[in-house]
Amino acid sequence: MAMEVVRGRNWDRPQLAPGALDRAFFEAAARGELLYQRCPTCGHCQFYPRQLCTACGGDTAWATASGRGVVHTFTIVRQNGQAPFKNELPYAVAMVELDEGVRMMGNVTGCPVESVRIGMRVEAYSVECGEGLAVPFWRPSE
Amino acid sequence: MAPRDPVIVGVGLSDAPRAPHLDSIGHHVQAIQRALADAGLEKRAIDGYLCAGMESGAVEAVSMAEYLGIDHRYIDGTMTGGSSFEFHVQHAAAAIRDGLCDTVLVSYGSDFLSRRGRTLGTGGFRGLGKVTGADLYAAPYGLPIVGGYALVAQRHMHEFGTTSEQLAEIAVGVREFAGLNPNAMYRDPISVADVLASRVIADPLHMLDCCVVTDGGGAFLMTTAERARDLGKPGVRVLGAAGAQTHWNISQMPDYTTSAGATCIPEAFARAGVLPSDVDTIQFYDSFTITVLVLLEDAGFCKKGEGGAFVAQGHLRRGGRLPLNTDGGGLSACHSGMRGLFLIAEAVRQLRGEAGGAQVPDAKIALAVGSGGWLSCIGAVVLGRE
Repeated sequence: MAMEVVRGRNWDRPQLAPGALDRAFFEAAARGELLYQRCPTCGHCQFYPRQLCTACGGDTAWATASGRGVVHTFTIVRQNGQAPFKNELPYAVAMVELDEGVRMMGNVTGCPVESVRIGMRVEAYSVECGEGLAVPFWRPSE
Repeated sequence: MAPRDPVIVGVGLSDAPRAPHLDSIGHHVQAIQRALADAGLEKRAIDGYLCAGMESGAVEAVSMAEYLGIDHRYIDGTMTGGSSFEFHVQHAAAAIRDGLCDTVLVSYGSDFLSRRGRTLGTGGFRGLGKVTGADLYAAPYGLPIVGGYALVAQRHMHEFGTTSEQLAEIAVGVREFAGLNPNAMYRDPISVADVLASRVIADPLHMLDCCVVTDGGGAFLMTTAERARDLGKPGVRVLGAAGAQTHWNISQMPDYTTSAGATCIPEAFARAGVLPSDVDTIQFYDSFTITVLVLLEDAGFCKKGEGGAFVAQGHLRRGGRLPLNTDGGGLSACHSGMRGLFLIAEAVRQLRGEAGGAQVPDAKIALAVGSGGWLSCIGAVVLGRE
């Protein structure tokens, strides 16, 4: 399932400067694909992306996630002195456990922050953050 | 005791909690001079040097060794965050036993409050520079340091039913000790209700679940048991030390309710030949109340998930069976960015019987546990009275 990609929104969050490996992740997100890594040798799944499999030490490869998962843990940030975050308080930051097993950090949006719960089903969408790059975010699903 | 067993022979703390007259190097220097005086050692005896700090450049180990004029045979700038100094004890103890050096200085200094204000936990730490590497997958989401620990607290509450009241009990007990420390940042007593009424910074952590931000530095000296015998004060033995890491970034914590302390604290006990029940006082890194709760469980003072009920019984209070952070801790007394050195300093003060109104009667064994990063790198040190 492809992620919805939100384009044309002003990106005022930290500017990302991905190297070659990381660039592939953010380019895929701009196409509506959520990537993680799966080792072709031992099957270990991991995120964030690295140049080796942290289990067996061999090469690794990209895999495409369903974009669905569950809130494993979260917080509602109510104080942050940094722009632009200080203008968006309160907001939810979660560790999302994907159905494929890896975890990703992200903001849960599209619902009152007070409704975010551990165990809540969420789905990914991405927001363009520069030419041909996008960052995944999460919202309630079902 | 064997002739080369490692012993802590002097400690010194710099002016705190507010010291606008000192920069970071000034904190190092003042603490070092006080530690040397405390030990009755000449600076020229030092042949091993270890330090760590949050700033780069002039306060790194090689720069500091030059600045201080220490011609070392052993140097170590291990940086594991706030637990660096527990790792330094482990490394220095091994170096002394192995004869790589005879007399080691460990120092730390930070002017965090005077130079950068109270922004450590809530956004002012990383800045908005160019984002690369693992930060690419976190920086867009605005998680401050407090928020990282809140992820742990939230999961602990979910799995085990831990409550905000139980976490607050930790802050209340540490504040009672701060009332006995003239150099503590906050000294007025607080109640559980006060903690719960303080504003929420990142759910479920309230302001009073979070450590203070201060200036401050510290230093300690270690040498062989043989040399320690010629010095003025009784030495404090390093009975066992161990460290471990499960992750660095909070996004990579494998189990949000368990730290690397679950492996390294039992290892430190085993090396020391003591049991949790032998410990008279604990000096634990209290960046947040949840940090202490997780480390208590990982240390084996209670089972995983039972930390909340354990602290609610008052064991960590003054007069309890396991007094915690008898100097007032990071929660109320002193946290200048990397608190691990103060844990060692306070454990030594207790074991020498110099803790005044905060003295744990007849303290023989102290456990110091540092936590660096986001419950990432845990260092455990068991110290014993000679």
